[in-house]
Amino acid sequence: MSQTTTRTDQEGSAEAAKIQRVLLPADQRPAPSGPISGSITFGWRALLKIKHIPMQLFDVTIFPIMMTVMFTFIFGGAMGAVVSGTGETGGPAVSEYVQFFIPGIFVQTLIMITMYTGITLNKDISKGIFDRFRSLPIWRPAQLVGALLGDQVRYGLAGTIILTVGFIVGFRPEGGLLGVLAGFALLLIFSFCLSWVWTMVSLLMPNEEAVMGVSMTIIFPLTFASNIFVPTETMPSWLSGVVEANPVSVLVSAIRELMDGTFDAGNIVAVLIYCAVLVAIFAPISMYIYNRKS
Amino acid sequence: MSDSSYAVEARGLVKNFGDNVAVDGVDLTIPRGGIYGVLGPNGAGKTTAIRMLATLLRPDAGEARVLGHDIFTEPKAVRERIALTGQFASLDEDLTGIENLILIGRLLGFTKHHARRRGKDLLSAFGLADAADRQVKKYSGGMRRRLDIAGSLIVTPDMMFLDEPTTGIDPRSRNQVWDIIRTLVAGGTTILLTTQYLEEADQLADRIAVIDHGRVIAEGTPGQLKSQVGAGALKLRLTDPAQREEAAGVLERSLGSAVVREKDAAALTVRLGEEAGASAAMRSLEEIGVAVETFSYGQPSLDEVFLALTGKPAETENDDAAAAPDSEKVAQ
Repeated sequence: MSQTTTRTDQEGSAEAAKIQRVLLPADQRPAPSGPISGSITFGWRALLKIKHIPMQLFDVTIFPIMMTVMFTFIFGGAMGAVVSGTGETGGPAVSEYVQFFIPGIFVQTLIMITMYTGITLNKDISKGIFDRFRSLPIWRPAQLVGALLGDQVRYGLAGTIILTVGFIVGFRPEGGLLGVLAGFALLLIFSFCLSWVWTMVSLLMPNEEAVMGVSMTIIFPLTFASNIFVPTETMPSWLSGVVEANPVSVLVSAIRELMDGTFDAGNIVAVLIYCAVLVAIFAPISMYIYNRKS
Repeated sequence: MSDSSYAVEARGLVKNFGDNVAVDGVDLTIPRGGIYGVLGPNGAGKTTAIRMLATLLRPDAGEARVLGHDIFTEPKAVRERIALTGQFASLDEDLTGIENLILIGRLLGFTKHHARRRGKDLLSAFGLADAADRQVKKYSGGMRRRLDIAGSLIVTPDMMFLDEPTTGIDPRSRNQVWDIIRTLVAGGTTILLTTQYLEEADQLADRIAVIDHGRVIAEGTPGQLKSQVGAGALKLRLTDPAQREEAAGVLERSLGSAVVREKDAAALTVRLGEEAGASAAMRSLEEIGVAVETFSYGQPSLDEVFLALTGKPAETENDDAAAAPDSEKVAQ
């Protein structure tokens, strides 16, 4: 018998007594957390993970700067001519394009970042901790809702960075701070609702690579076949019809209007309807799969 | 509150994963209080069975009540009264020890302040106070297991599922886990414990079910099972190999079972029945002047249990399972 196993009975019973003392009597057991406090607790967990692994913020800091700077200067010189309608290219065109493009790249980048929600969740759910969560007497959707709430902080950070870079390259929204904040709020609501699509994908796919592949396949047409980069008037009519119906185009229009101070309730209501539909379809499907996952 | 006198009543539980039948009609009746052991090799379906009872996995067929609550229709009532400590630590590796406990405490409804205090109390009782602010990924295997169990005791469960709680941890941690389990039982918690180790089931469990290929192949008290298997084996090494045949004859007559001649020319192994009589056999060797260098009693290994119950060795997927602690009490 090895040295480490030898110990006296006193040691054993002393440890047992210590544990005995910390056991909670049944009458002191609190009522389990409800939907709201449960979701907030899971959101807190997501923030703790950012604290412990700050590298997680790479995609919401460097990536938005890169996207904004790159697209502004690559496309700006040529696209500005189209957007302004003057046909003038080069430097002045860039500043014309910035006014049009910043709200667009703001939406584009945040939508791309929502994809990481699915990738993180796919990795997370396969771990032992989710067995623990699933064995607790809590509102089950809190585990997914909380993760999405925690991601709002990431989206908020990314959005702030894009708008700051936008301001530096010359974006001057007519709608002022209030218009910008309203646009921001609308985008965060849409991102939260869209994330339920990635939640479903992450529960269906066997690994992160597959989640990434499927998400990309959805995101590319959704963001490029939109009015983010170019006005729809420049497209053939059959395409512009499709592009205008794209929820992302409606969202970009609503945000452009809010930031421009030309407030139009129609587009905002349309965005909120899209949001409600996304949640109504994908949240129950996600929960159904989650509850049956091995 | 249910008045069922059983902690678990399961009938015909089945779970398939594609073509693989993981659990193939398991019946379990587990009384309240005490420790119930589920013994079986890797891949026998122990974990799948326990996950179904803990409401993590939906059975494809069958029915089960845990503490009187139906696992299909009242999963939340079941979850309110159970705790699960899995084979792979149910902890968040990225968070610290205390953060893990606060997280579970908050979800169970404690205020932030109370959850932190509860976490601290548990960490110090489990000897983890110094590691409170360290990320769990930096914990040793034994520390993880203790933290995992602490996480299951934030509120005291009426029933605790422990899936291979001592697999892969050092002997000292194993003893601690055993102490914790015994303490919980003394407090009235019913324990369902899966293990690959016969010795563990024998040490802890009041009753044992042996599972193989998704079915219960034997059930009873450790004593009942061992009498089916035999008490184990007596292993001898003689000082003089030349005396081996003489010794083998004496042992065969005295113990009434076949003697296995090992490769080592001085070594012998005899299977023992329930009526061991090993000391009498040792005395008769002494009387005829056979000098014994060393001898040991070994409990039957899991392999021997399976050999006796199924007529074939346990199919283990890795060698760890076969290398169960043999609990040999060596005497010189």
